[in-house]
Amino acid sequence: MIRGLSIAQLRRTVRLGFKGLWLHRLRSLLTVLGIVFGVCSVIAMLAIGEGASHEAQEQIKNLGSQNIILRSVKPPEEQKVSERDSQSRVLQYGLTYTDVKRIRATIPGVTVVLPARIIREYAWRISRRVDCELVGTVPWYPEMRNHPVATGRFFTETDMDGRANVCVLSAEMVPALFPLEAPLGKFIRVGGNYYQVIGIMAPRARTAAAEKSAETTQVPSARVFLPLETAKLRYGETLMRRRAGSFEAERVQFHEVTVKVDQLDRVMSVAEALQRLLEYGHKKKDYAIDVPLEMLKQAEHTKRIFNIVLGSIAAISLLVGGIGIMNIMLASVTERTREIGIRRALGARRQDIVLQFLVETVILSGVGGLMGVLLGVAIPFIVTWTAGMKTIIVVWSPLLAFGISALVGVVFGLYPALRAAQMDPVEALRHE
Amino acid sequence: MPSFIVQFDNVRKHYQMGLVTVEALRGVSFRIAAGEYISIMGPSGCGKSTLLNLLGCLDRPTSGRYLLGEQDVSRMDDDALSAVRGTRLGFVFQSYNLIQQLTVVENIEIPLYYQDRPEAESRAVARELAARVGLADRLEHKPFELSGGQQQRVAIARALVNDPLVILADEPTGNLDSTSGAEILRLFDDLNAQGRTIIMVTHDLGVGQRSRRTIRLRDGEIESDSNPPGDFP
Repeated sequence: MIRGLSIAQLRRTVRLGFKGLWLHRLRSLLTVLGIVFGVCSVIAMLAIGEGASHEAQEQIKNLGSQNIILRSVKPPEEQKVSERDSQSRVLQYGLTYTDVKRIRATIPGVTVVLPARIIREYAWRISRRVDCELVGTVPWYPEMRNHPVATGRFFTETDMDGRANVCVLSAEMVPALFPLEAPLGKFIRVGGNYYQVIGIMAPRARTAAAEKSAETTQVPSARVFLPLETAKLRYGETLMRRRAGSFEAERVQFHEVTVKVDQLDRVMSVAEALQRLLEYGHKKKDYAIDVPLEMLKQAEHTKRIFNIVLGSIAAISLLVGGIGIMNIMLASVTERTREIGIRRALGARRQDIVLQFLVETVILSGVGGLMGVLLGVAIPFIVTWTAGMKTIIVVWSPLLAFGISALVGVVFGLYPALRAAQMDPVEALRHE
Repeated sequence: MPSFIVQFDNVRKHYQMGLVTVEALRGVSFRIAAGEYISIMGPSGCGKSTLLNLLGCLDRPTSGRYLLGEQDVSRMDDDALSAVRGTRLGFVFQSYNLIQQLTVVENIEIPLYYQDRPEAESRAVARELAARVGLADRLEHKPFELSGGQQQRVAIARALVNDPLVILADEPTGNLDSTSGAEILRLFDDLNAQGRTIIMVTHDLGVGQRSRRTIRLRDGEIESDSNPPGDFP
């Protein structure tokens, strides 16, 4: 459509457009406000959403996507019973040695089985006390759970076999127990026994979501890791809890068993097999199966839905912004009918008029888009600063938003520009 | 070849107004030689404006032929007509028709802008012409800061900027008081003396008398043509 258009002419038209719009600053600003907020909300919302889902996914990935985590759960009926007559009772539930043996023997593709016992206890260092979870586990825990040791070492097979009194602390416990000294080689007291600290785990990224879910299996912050055999020796299988007037005891062999599957695409089938195996072996539903991969998939699905919703909101707001621009440009074309007539009489071709108005619209939406991008990039920082939420600005989101806003300018500018160009010069000149 | 720059051969213009066809021009023929100063007169509704629109290539005749220079412009398409307007014609309107948001120089430059002439060159031409119409000190003023006479002089400078074949003036003094009107007419006289061809539509007998030739229209036909050129002037 555009014939014989030189760069110089385009540059002049752009300059003319800027000048004309600058003449009506307030009107131009109000016109582009729709685009500004549209673009800005897209970028800001994407950044916040991306931050949130990144956090969730990171957390799930920490569990290991090839892992399946089995947990012992106190069956709901038993809970009721223990509430009603809280007398001397021994609850027996959860995953057992037999389960682990069966899993290892029957399910193909299971590489490592990581049993763990979890006991709530107080850890003491001289007069300092920290409420923590005592985790009896096996030497290959760090590699399986993607949770490396930061200083010192994790316990070894030898420690296991010798039921050594050694422990590894989670990073969060160190400042509470050892504010002034290096913890390695020191002893802590847990439940009347002393354990030598041989290592410190790497700190886990502490996130808002993680703190909330600290009580579940995921990543409790204060943990003391003991060799499984040591834990068995010290605590046996029965856990006693004294309360005023009564005591209750639980017998749990394993609180947690992590199963690592050798191939990613077999995770789901192994999870199904585990489900069946446990169903067969347990009368009551005293176990739970967490599949991080499934959670990851779910998180990704959620994110996809979120993105679709966001995309629609963005599309609608940009549409509204574009309509606003078109409305003003139509008014502007009517208002400047005479100018169009003059320009046509003085040699402007239709395409020159189209170009003039189209350039104005694209300038409007482009500048609006730019303002939106700046605002949209600033807002996530403000949100992070004030609300402490993690936000991630994806590189493509400002580019995309800006590109769409420029496109909106072309699409919604075309009709007013064509209308301006279709005017009969004689009529236009007569227009008051 | 005779050196006619405008030739109208039996030009007709009809407008369709609903069911009624209005014949604005019914077979108008005349020729204009280079350097003439012509006034077109007649009562309102006689077809003056239609004739001027056709002369100005703003409209196309329903039938007949219009030669401007050597070009037959009566069957040209819109873009070609725009080019003709931009290169061969200069317009002066009754209501000046300056673009309000542009300065004096920028207004004068417009025709060159659409011919894609280098900016520096057109700026220089515009300055020179502004000086010629006596507005050298008003270059950066906006039209609303000027008097009517000054605005019309800007319009005349703009009409000259593309060195046109013909200057078309539509009641150029109609909105002016007698003093500035006289000034404008003197400017037209000077331009004609320098060899410019001028076609002026007017009501005013006094204005008409300054021209050397008057074409009177009545009901879409030529009533009288005071001084038609011979075939070989």
